Formats: sequence, structure tokens, C-alpha cells
Amino acid sequence: MMDSRIGAVIGLVLCAGAALAQDLVIKGKKVYTMSGGTNAPIVDGVVVVKDGKIVSVGKATEVKLPDGVKVIEASVVTPGLVDVRGTVGVSGLFNSKQDSDQLERSTAIQPELRAIDAYNPQDRLVEWVRSFGITTMNTGNAPGELISGQTLVVKTSGNTVDEALVKNPSLVVATLGPDSFAGGSRAPGTRGKQMAMLREELIRAQEYAAKRSRGTKAENADEADEKSEKQEKAGDRNLRLEMLADVLDGKVPLAITANRSQDIESALRLAKEFKFKLVLDMGAEAYLEADRLKEAGVPVMLHPSMYRAVGDSENQSFETAAALRKAGVLFAIQSGYESYVPKTRVVLFEAAIAAANGLKFEEALASITIDAAKILGVERRVGSLEAGKDGDVALYDGDPFEYTSHCVGTVIDGRVVNSGTH
Amino acid sequence: MKIHLCSVLAGLALASAAALAQEKSTAFVGARIIPIASAGKASPEIERGVVLVKDGKIVSIAAIEKDVEYKAPDGTTVIDCTGKWIMPGIVDTHSHVGGIGGADNSATIQPSVRISDSLNPFDSGYRRVVAGGLTTINVMAGSGHLLSGQTVYLKMRMFDGEPASRMEELAYKDERGNLMGGMKMANGTNSLREPPFSGTRGKSAAMVREAYIKAQEYQKKWKDYDAKVAAAKTDEEKAKLKPPARDLGMDGLVEVLEGKRIVHHHTHRADDIATVIRIAREFGYKVVLHHTSEAWKIPEEIAQAQKDGVVLGCSIIQIDSPGGKLEAAEKTFATGGVLERAGVRVGHHTDDWINDSRLFLRCAAIGVRAGMTREGALRGLTLSGAEMLGLEKQIGSLEAGKDADIVILSGDPFSVYSHVEQTWVEGRKVFDRTNAKDKLHATGGFGAGRDQEPYFCCFENN
Repeated sequence: MMDSRIGAVIGLVLCAGAALAQDLVIKGKKVYTMSGGTNAPIVDGVVVVKDGKIVSVGKATEVKLPDGVKVIEASVVTPGLVDVRGTVGVSGLFNSKQDSDQLERSTAIQPELRAIDAYNPQDRLVEWVRSFGITTMNTGNAPGELISGQTLVVKTSGNTVDEALVKNPSLVVATLGPDSFAGGSRAPGTRGKQMAMLREELIRAQEYAAKRSRGTKAENADEADEKSEKQEKAGDRNLRLEMLADVLDGKVPLAITANRSQDIESALRLAKEFKFKLVLDMGAEAYLEADRLKEAGVPVMLHPSMYRAVGDSENQSFETAAALRKAGVLFAIQSGYESYVPKTRVVLFEAAIAAANGLKFEEALASITIDAAKILGVERRVGSLEAGKDGDVALYDGDPFEYTSHCVGTVIDGRVVNSGTH
Repeated sequence: MKIHLCSVLAGLALASAAALAQEKSTAFVGARIIPIASAGKASPEIERGVVLVKDGKIVSIAAIEKDVEYKAPDGTTVIDCTGKWIMPGIVDTHSHVGGIGGADNSATIQPSVRISDSLNPFDSGYRRVVAGGLTTINVMAGSGHLLSGQTVYLKMRMFDGEPASRMEELAYKDERGNLMGGMKMANGTNSLREPPFSGTRGKSAAMVREAYIKAQEYQKKWKDYDAKVAAAKTDEEKAKLKPPARDLGMDGLVEVLEGKRIVHHHTHRADDIATVIRIAREFGYKVVLHHTSEAWKIPEEIAQAQKDGVVLGCSIIQIDSPGGKLEAAEKTFATGGVLERAGVRVGHHTDDWINDSRLFLRCAAIGVRAGMTREGALRGLTLSGAEMLGLEKQIGSLEAGKDADIVILSGDPFSVYSHVEQTWVEGRKVFDRTNAKDKLHATGGFGAGRDQEPYFCCFENN
């Protein structure tokens, strides 16, 4: 009964059984499609999934149901939840050397560290978050160095990272403020030094990008393979600068972790100077910067509502989500990273606290579904229940945000990957 | 043992219970009331009732009949609580609020260290405590030691609308005026370190046994001395008797052996829990099992130890995912329910800053999510906690004669959408969500920052 290993075995059996069929009908007394407008639910709604993709969504009385397809139902049906930022699978349940790959501390700037090389889809925390309805997550290198590496977007199923993969890389992640001070005599040791180092590195990346672009023009006729071969021979291929050049080219956003208002200002200043796509990460004092974030069009991966109010996040507020919504800033609530416990937070629980502190139910739900998908640039596949999107669905036996409600089913690509009562 | 150094401190305290008390009576009228029953008594929720309070104590709890208007006694201040919920002040059996520092790196067993000497009453963490509806908390040293010192039980008092500014104003005191508290212990990987700390579980148990054997010997020396003093026929004879040398650490351990000080024991793995019970049985002291990640594996053993008077219950922690260390890998939300069904007394704790005091109700609600009864979870937040601190005669339920510690909520305590609106301690309001300053601490925001971070000496993630 209590042994999660037994649960895992059952999960596997379910996976195996369902692997053949990715057709499913999901009925809900309330179906929140999160497809826009007021996001009001369809009462007595139905979602039809075929070959892993949603084919129709609507009122049960109006949607034609396929014959002979498995039907599951629940009180409340939502899109599979999207966790906009965590470290699950890169940092593991045991918090030991064997399963903690979220932060490489040898040097301050390492954008070349790829999450895909460290993500473990078998970690028990993946199954844990999935059991509460999370089907997609952005995970990877943690905050804590000036540029600690990349993140990627995965589904919370799949036996290998390739099976789970949705988008790679999704972000390059940087951290401002004392959380990424290196300690001892190693740089950076101050806020001023952090910005100086970032500027220097981004200028090198600009030069690299310019060289790369000249090379592309000169060798337009050449095959891509040949080109990179030539670069390697010339000894000028630099994975670190290559990644940052992609950031400067707008291919990959730079997420900057900043909690204090002054650090958020620094991030905005840097983005304006180097014209990269900025995503603000954490933002404990983002309520002070809401208008400027809106003006700059910068989305926010907001800290978990229950994040601890210590150090640079001492002025964190349960009401920040509501303040950002009011200002019209696109935001999503993340699970984040904790060096100790909980080894992962659950975005369902974090959004619940925001819903109890000024955010409307539908707005809170958007922050862990469609708005998270938009920030990650995966909204064509996940984040809402619409025809053509992946068959990712979460089922609850009541208001999903209530402490005493349960997730009673998780569906990924039309497969039931979790059942029971969680 | 008749010597109590604490009484010196207590003597300095200005505030006595009588001085704190209000003179006028106050009636909280119209709320749904969750009284919480004393053991063996039924005490269903009252749909619409009144709580009458005077001189810092509860005078009565009563239902108001339908369509009847309640008439308060003359001179009573009436607080309209229509549509609200009222429950007893919440009890947290395990907290680290107050920028505290207990035992240091020098040894693994430090019973002379008193957490009361290190807490900062101005710490903004205390404002969050009352924002969560907590009125009594057990403040303990952090972990990392087999025994990290004496804990202190605090009452979240205010004076003239301002938070208590001195530790003595916050602390519970016994009838002699001594500060009240327990003894913090730990086992499992938490306390394993390089010497002089223990390096294995076997060594941990050996070191604890040696400490308590030493305490038994010390206790005997004092008993012999006291007996000789009592037997002495003349003052001259008395004066000739030489008292044993005082040892503050041993004094603390003797209080544990004599049942005057409850052991609050950090423990996770099932076999570590069994070891705590084994050693407590050997020395005959009372212990509350804290955290207890794997208690669900041995509920019957724990229930038996409770029947035997060794264990006072399990104070459990809710964490939003299992793990963080090997011995917490099989932690589950279901622990509270499993223990409750086995007849074990179940309480909850924040372990603040591990869980924020403002979200303590959530901890119990998560227990309900995974099978605890609603009644059991509510009791776990109040009376069971009081019993684990030995304060059940004074607090933990809304019963005539108990302290007027009251929480007013906007709705069901186990709904995420409910807020603590007011917190009252000994008949005085200590938190009001409509007050801008209080609201800032309840929700957070600019200026709500803690002025001190918790200090965990020797704390490691493994």
C-alpha cells in the first residue's frame, strides 16, 4: 500500500498496457480548456484524444464520441500542467552526489552545459510531480553560478531523455546577486563584478556571432558539415560562445535569476544593451518592477509562492502573482530549486497559494498551463486542451487547488501514466 | 534536585499572568466553533456559537440557538464573528523561529545549552507565527547533534499592541517561575559526523546511554546528599555536609529522567525510531518522536510504546516531496493517517523555516488529503500538540478555564482559500489581518523581511 516501488511497477504496467493505444475519451463535470478568453470551464465537457493528439473538445452533448475507445472521467479536467522552471531529474530525490547534477561550481560562466546530458527520466521525483498532474516541465541547470548552463523542456514520461524531449535547449540560465557570488578570491564577488563579467562575455559572443555570420555568408554554398569542420580545424569553435551567440541571435532566451528589485533592474539594463530575449527568473521583488517588466515585454518565471522569505527573497510576497497579472505581465509559477527540502515543489500547490492571494482561479491555472507553455515557446504543443495539441490531461476529484482534493489521473500523449488518488 | 537556575531569570520577568490579563470580558459571537475535545470526550463543531472570555481565560463556550439573538452579559465587549470560524490557538511542537543558535561544534551532547538564551524577540519570524494562528510554539536548537540542548515553550504575547520585547515575556513558566521547555535530541544520519561527534548509529546510541548513566549517577549523588540533609539533626551537622559539584548539563538530563523535561527527538528511519523508543524505555523518560518519515512502517510498535507511557506521540512534518536524504526517501503524506488508525497520538509541526508558520494549517490539511480524519488533524494542530508539550491543562482546546488563545478564520481551516483573520492570546488580540502592518507579515511584501536568518550550527544536508 505504502511502498512507492509498488506504485512505480503499477505505473509501468499501465504504460505498457496503454502503449498500444493512444486513443482516449476524457469526461469532466468541469473541463478547463485554457484556450483563451475568460478561460471559463465547459460544464459536462469532453476531450477526445486520437493517436496521442487531441482531436476535439467540447460539451459532451455536442462532441461525437468514437466507438470502442476507453473513457475516463473526473470532477475537474485541466490541461496537463506545465512547470515553467525546476530542476527535477537533474537534481534527484536523494540529494546526494550520485543524483545532484544541477550545479557545476568549477567556474562562473558555463552556458555550454547541456541539461540533456544530465536529465534522468527515471528519477523518482519525475513520477512524483507527474502524480499531481504535471505533464511538461522545463528543467536543467540550477541558479547559483553567473551562467550555470542550459535547460530543456521534457514530458514527465519516457524511459530516455529522447523519448521525453520537447525542446532543447529551452533557456540559458544566469543568476544575479549573492546567490552566484563565487566565494573566496574567485570572481564574481560583488554585483558590480557580476555585470562586468557578463558584459565582457557577451561582447566576446557578439564578436563570435559576427565571425560566424561572416563565415556563413562566405561559405553559403558549402554544406553545413563542411563549414563546422573548417571551423574546428581553424580551432575557433567555442561551445561556450556558440551558445551565447545563439542567445544574442534571439534563438534561445537568457533567463536571469534576480530577486531584489535592483538585480531585476540590472537584468533589464543588460537585455536592453545586448538585445537578447530576457526571461526573469524568481523575482521576489518583481511587484516593484511590474510596470517596467511590462514595458520591456519581459515574461516572469515567478518563484514558488511558498519559497522561503530569507536572504535576497526576504520581501517575497504571496501576492506578487496578482500584482503581475494586474500589470499585464506574462508570468508562470515555477517549482524552483531547493538545496535541501523539498527536493521539488509541486506547481499545483504553489499556484493554489496564489489563487488564495488575489489571483482568480482561472488565472492561477493559466500560470501553470498555457502561460507557462507560452514563456517556454511550446504553446503549439501543450498548455491547453485544443484540437491538434498533445493529448496531455490532468484529472481531479474537486477543485484542484484545494488541499484536500486529489489528482486522480494524469494523461500524456493519450496514455494514462498515473491513476489512483494523489 | 531543588536548585533551579531558571528561577533567577524568571524572577526578573516583569509580566506575571495576572498582570497580563484583561479585566473586561469579551464575547466572540456568531462563528462556527471548533472546540476540540479533551481525550475521551465528544466535542462536535458548533454551527453558530459564542466564546466568552475574561481575565485571559475562557469562561464558556455555547451554541446559539437558531433565530435567537445572543445577549452578552453587561459590560462585555462583543466581537461579531458572523460567518467566521473559530478554533483554539494553534500549537507548533517544533519551530526554529527567532534567529536562534543552540549547541555548537564542540560536542555532540550539550544538555546545558538553553535556546532561551539565544532568541531574538524582534525577529520578524514571530510576526509570521501569529499570522498563521499559532499561539504556542516549542523553539528548539537546530539539528546535527545527538543532544543539542534545552528547548523553550513560547506564548506569542503582545503588550499594549506591541510584540513582547523580552524572551521572559514570551516564555511559559511553571508554578515555580522556571522557564518551561523540553530537551532536543536527534539520531540517524542527522547527527553522524567526524569526532567528537558519533560516526555510526551504534556509537550514537552508546554515547547517549553513557550520558544518561552519568546523569543517573549524578542524580543519585544529589539524592543521597538531600537525604543526609533531611536526616541531619542539627544545623551544625547540616553545615558539615558537602553538596556534590553542580553540573548544569547533568541538571538538564536529570530533569529528563525525572519526567520534568520532555525529550523532543528528531528521527526518520523506522529502525532509528525503534532505537529512540528502546533507549527511552531503558532510562524511563518521555519522548515525542519528531518528523518520523518512516513511522508508517512500524505504527503498532509506536502505539505500544505510547500505551506504555514512553512515547507521547508523533509530531510529523509535511514536505511537498519525499527525499532530501536517504532516510527520508520513503516519506509519505499518508503517515498521519496510518498512525492515527493505529491509535498513535499525532501532532504536526512546521520546523519553521522548513515550513512557513503562516502555512501550518496546510500541513495538517495535506495529512487529511492522504487519509487522516479531519477531527484528528485538527486535534493534531491543537490539543495533541499541547499534550506533547505537557501543556494540555492550560491550552489546546476551547474549554472553560483554559487560556483564551483563539484563532478567527474566514472559513474552513483546511481550505486553501481561508485566511487567519485574527489571533488572540490570553484574551488579547495579537494579529489582525485588517491592520496594514499585520497584513504585510501575513502576505509578505516590501519591508516584511526577517531581520535574522535561522542559525543551524553543524547542519548538513546528509
